[in-house]
Amino acid sequence: MSLTVTDLRVHYRTARGDVQALDGVTFTVADGEIVGLAGESGSGKSTLGTSLIRLNGRMRHVGGTVELDGVPLPIGDSAAMDRFRFRSISVVPQYSMSALNPTRKIGRMVAELLASRGERLDPAELERRLALVGLSSDVLGRYPIELSGGMKQRVVMVVSTLLNPSLLIADEVTSALDVSSQKAVAGTLLGLRDKGLVTSMIVVTHDISLVYQIADTIAVMYAGRLAEKAPADVVVTEPRHPYTRLLISSLPEVGVRRAERRLDGIPGAPPSLLDPPEGCRFRDRCPLAYDRCAERPPFAEVAPGHFVACWKAA
Amino acid sequence: MSRYFGRKLLIYGLTFFVAVTINWMIPRFMPGDPVQSMLARANIAQPEAVEAMRAHYTDLFGFDLPLWKQYANFWAALFRGDLGISIWLFPTPVTDVIARAVPYTLGLLLPAVLLSWIAGNRFGAFAARRKWLDNTALPIGYVLTATPYMWLAILLAWGLGVVAGVLPVAGAYSFAMRPEWSWDFAGSLLQHWLLPFASLFLVAFGGWAIGMRNMIIYELEADYVHYLQSLGASRRLVRRYAFRNAVLPQITGLALQLGVLVAGALVTEIVFSYPGLGHLILQAIQNQDFFLLQGTFLFIVIGVLIANFVIDVAYVVVDPRTRIGMGGAA
Ligand SMILES: Nc1ncnc2c1ncn2[C@@H]1O[C@H](COP(=O)(O)OP(=O)(O)OP(=O)(O)O)[C@@H](O)[C@H]1O
Ligand code: SF4
Ligand SMILES: [Mg+2]
Repeated sequence: MSLTVTDLRVHYRTARGDVQALDGVTFTVADGEIVGLAGESGSGKSTLGTSLIRLNGRMRHVGGTVELDGVPLPIGDSAAMDRFRFRSISVVPQYSMSALNPTRKIGRMVAELLASRGERLDPAELERRLALVGLSSDVLGRYPIELSGGMKQRVVMVVSTLLNPSLLIADEVTSALDVSSQKAVAGTLLGLRDKGLVTSMIVVTHDISLVYQIADTIAVMYAGRLAEKAPADVVVTEPRHPYTRLLISSLPEVGVRRAERRLDGIPGAPPSLLDPPEGCRFRDRCPLAYDRCAERPPFAEVAPGHFVACWKAA
Repeated sequence: MSRYFGRKLLIYGLTFFVAVTINWMIPRFMPGDPVQSMLARANIAQPEAVEAMRAHYTDLFGFDLPLWKQYANFWAALFRGDLGISIWLFPTPVTDVIARAVPYTLGLLLPAVLLSWIAGNRFGAFAARRKWLDNTALPIGYVLTATPYMWLAILLAWGLGVVAGVLPVAGAYSFAMRPEWSWDFAGSLLQHWLLPFASLFLVAFGGWAIGMRNMIIYELEADYVHYLQSLGASRRLVRRYAFRNAVLPQITGLALQLGVLVAGALVTEIVFSYPGLGHLILQAIQNQDFFLLQGTFLFIVIGVLIANFVIDVAYVVVDPRTRIGMGGAA
């Protein structure tokens, strides 16, 4: 068992109150598994991803536990987390394009970063890893401003995985790219796992059709909670949660049941996470909502490896 | 790269050209006869001297020549280093008068600017990381920067000079001394230098410290810092990167503030009767010494332009982004 997240709750402190961006999330990632984490903008995907590695100044760990390879991660204690960062758990952040210090040559930055972690830089290995993502070692002598957005992102992928972490969180690594680059990046992620440079991965995206190509499992988030998690095929062909169904049927490429295909988005908007309603958070938009939905549905296993948080699916 | 500096040089050249032209125009387009009024106000007793000066001025202005020729002659004289004769210290050439004052102004200005910049940046970066210091130092910094140079100078002169009587408040060295190479004289110089330096330093220090503190806080929230922290980089590395990147805008700030700093130094010199360029300006105005005033202004303009150019070059050296933006080889 690589990663076990149990009832994780992380809130943002704001002047108007706590934003409950992560409200009781439970799931596991097995060794070698690639989990695609999907959901619309603001559903808490990045919050989940960053919580596992570094809470920012406004985030507060309210509850729940995270365990990586059997060791509990002290996610609320930034200093204690340093030991795990980069070596056991690493991230390709959503802001990859601006993640490199603009005033340092890339090679020097990598060397300084490794030195500050007490790691030795192996230039040949670094070159090999760059070649793996289609970059020549010339980039090491350049400043970030001299690289295209896609190149910067690939540099970040290489840097983040240099120490062969058990878990890599890749946040929206494809959203800023054109279709052919998206395919290439997806292929690179697969390659990282297949070559054993990274044991498992959480690939955050709002594009199910893309993550479907590489993920073993897809988890769908809605308003700070997981709505459904199942093997990728199952999520796409037999979704059980009403939200997932609407999401899948709105995708022309992946939508399997053509009769249900809808190109417009899902009507309505997700609830405010500042003061979310009790019960199922999808209730306002759910075509199947009924009385019981005023109570929070459990994230229950309805079939082996298939979890759904919906009273109607149980 | 060379194109960038070529363009910069062109801009500086143009500024210089405009400044000289304005300097040239003022006496010519002032109402009345500047030569006559200057001679009258100069109040010189010997008629030979008056005649000599009239001849010199009329010749220099060349009022009988066509305007374009007057203008060309002015430039020619300028390139010979001829700024005319001072009326106040007749018959010393203006260039000599300025040359005597410049060491005092530079001796005051350079240390005040450089030290306040370096110390302000260090202190601002330091304060940004300590809440208690931030809370106490920030208001003090704001008060300091908001203080006009003259006020602080007067306050210091009054407090430490007049009331406490620990430091002299006028001149560059004791009136009882003659300039010479001796420890006594050097000590007197230092004593007289301390207060004007302190008043310049303090005001500028507050500004740099606040600017740096704000820049550091901004940099520590930048994406590259979050990324480094996500990978567990040491605090030392993060701080080093943030400091370096936060210093860059401060260099631009230095270029922008230079004029204000020079003006502050001039005013401070006047408060402390410090015999630099500011003191010269005051004397030139009081003595209707038009050439001295014109020459001093010209000199200051050139000085500020050169300093600005140096800062521009320094910026390009330290910020790779400008270098690359200019299409230079990486
Ligand atoms: N710094 C912050 N302060 C307050 N609220 C925040 C902050 N960052 C995010 N949030 C809120 O937390 C919720 C989840 O945000 P998050 O960035 O995790 O969404 P996301 O699923 O990654 O969206 P996207 O697809 O747009 O990246 C959102 O409702 C957002 O408004
Ligand atoms: S629990 Fe109720 S409201 Fe929520 S998704 Fe299921 S049916 Fe819809
Ligand atoms: Mg996000």
